Amino acid sequence: MSKGEIARHIQPEEKKIISSSGIDISEDMRSATFLQKDSSVVFSRSLSDDVEIMNIHDALKELPDIKNYYGQAFKSLNRDYPLDTEGGYFIRVKKGKTVELPIQACLFLKSQGFQQKVHNIIVVEEGARVYLITGCSASEAAHEGFHLGISEFFVKKDAYLNFTMIHSWREDVSVKPMSISLVEEGASFISNYISLRPVKEITMYPTTVLNGSDARARYNSLILSHPDSFHDIGSRVILKGRNTQAEIIARSVSLGGRVINRGHIKAENKDVTGHLECRGLILSEQGIIHAIPEMETNYRDVNLSHEAAIGKISKDEIEYLCSRGFTAEEAQSIIVRGFMDVDILGLPDMLRQEIDKLENDMLKGSF
Amino acid sequence: MLEVNGLSVEVEGKLILDNIHFSIKKGEAAVLFGPNGSGKSTLIKTIMGFAGYEVTKGDIIFKGKKINDFSTEQRVKLGLGIMYQHPPAIRGVKLSQIARVLSKNEKDIRLMSERLALTGHLDRDINLGFSGGEMKRSELFQVILQNPDFLLLDEPESGVDLENIGIMGKVLSDYLRDAAKSALMITHTGYILEYVKAKNSCVMIEGKLWCVGNPKEMFESIRKYGYDKCKECVCPRVK
Repeated sequence: MSKGEIARHIQPEEKKIISSSGIDISEDMRSATFLQKDSSVVFSRSLSDDVEIMNIHDALKELPDIKNYYGQAFKSLNRDYPLDTEGGYFIRVKKGKTVELPIQACLFLKSQGFQQKVHNIIVVEEGARVYLITGCSASEAAHEGFHLGISEFFVKKDAYLNFTMIHSWREDVSVKPMSISLVEEGASFISNYISLRPVKEITMYPTTVLNGSDARARYNSLILSHPDSFHDIGSRVILKGRNTQAEIIARSVSLGGRVINRGHIKAENKDVTGHLECRGLILSEQGIIHAIPEMETNYRDVNLSHEAAIGKISKDEIEYLCSRGFTAEEAQSIIVRGFMDVDILGLPDMLRQEIDKLENDMLKGSF
Repeated sequence: MLEVNGLSVEVEGKLILDNIHFSIKKGEAAVLFGPNGSGKSTLIKTIMGFAGYEVTKGDIIFKGKKINDFSTEQRVKLGLGIMYQHPPAIRGVKLSQIARVLSKNEKDIRLMSERLALTGHLDRDINLGFSGGEMKRSELFQVILQNPDFLLLDEPESGVDLENIGIMGKVLSDYLRDAAKSALMITHTGYILEYVKAKNSCVMIEGKLWCVGNPKEMFESIRKYGYDKCKECVCPRVK
């Protein structure tokens, strides 16, 4: 199998924007790749025997056990989900296998006014470990586009899934991800969300249910909100199993856009721990950041906490860096760059450096 | 090197420094004593050009240039450096990141971080969760990599244990001596005087400079009699 075959399906003018969403077009550092443009799945291939990756429609036809997954996470919470989807991926990592290189999935909006609606399923079997990067982006032509992404995650006993979603849209695209993750005993689910480019509107409130005891979940988000962008981003974790832990960490910078940062941790068992941290920086008078952390329980033996801090960049920090010889503009950009620290994402070194570089490129000239 | 002539400074409309005169030559270190709230830190911050410190009278002359209207980073580029008393923490900004901007020499960074027992701190967010002593060492580390001709040291040894004062004092005195750098330092404890050979010292009380003298003698006298005696002027009064 030759790597880099995905490149044949990517137009030269699409390369930059697709790469900006974390997609490695060379496939050198990836174990499997999926690419969908508008409603067509144009490429789907695994380079690892431990990873299954396919169009969700093929999975529905070919896999006898798909009925255990498709729609089941939504059903478990009595939630409805749109049925008129076209495409999406099915990814499964085999039991007990550690997949060293990340899997990547690219959802690309190509045509003007297109309404992309996908349904994704990710199954990480017992004891398996994997990193998954989903990169979503839009072409120059995709004015007024819309993306709806339904995702159902099944993280089985003692498994580990580190899911990083990078949004790289354009200023007139609206986006609505809907996702539910079910996490079993001793398993860990880490969800990273990065959105640094302009977008018209993103609304999402993914939910993770820690069903098994000793399960862990962590949601991290890094959001840069440009003028006229609107982000309504939440993360919810339901601590159902005993001794489960959840952490929600949100960092938002408004350059003039509006951000609502929601977070909800609900403790439904005893001996559970949850922490919410929301930090916001407002760099423009027009910017709005609204943090809404929520915690809920009717048990006594739980430990839920939150901290939220919103404001402008501290004058002292700017002055401090100026006293080391930086100009005020350089100081501001160093502080904002530090604030959007990729270290909070818990990524392995290779991927951390990759995302760090991506962020450097994206933030250059943003403010 | 640094000359301050008839300097008066207001903070939020209130007169904090009143008609300050002094000068420090190349290769000289001077010490500033004074009770809390007397204006010592204000003097240092004014020399650095920090916001909120308004010069209403007088001049600050550095290397023959009047720098009253220079921005902080312009003053730094001209050769001023400061060691903060209470530096702010900056999330996500690593000490090593700043160090690499201050010095292009990886070897210098490594050696200085070893000397100041900071190798484990290089990959940490700057000042975040640092102890008092760690902050001071990190401040000294940065300012030495910056290699300024004139150092402003605001209580470099406060909160530092004796062993680390020894380490810092040695680093500081080597730096000042080897390259004939100048310094103005504020101290309450006097420990730093064991290491740094300062030529003169002054006492600041209520925004005015009162006495000038030998640092060790002056410190002894303050220790014995307190600052009230300074007003009675046992040392020759500054004009």
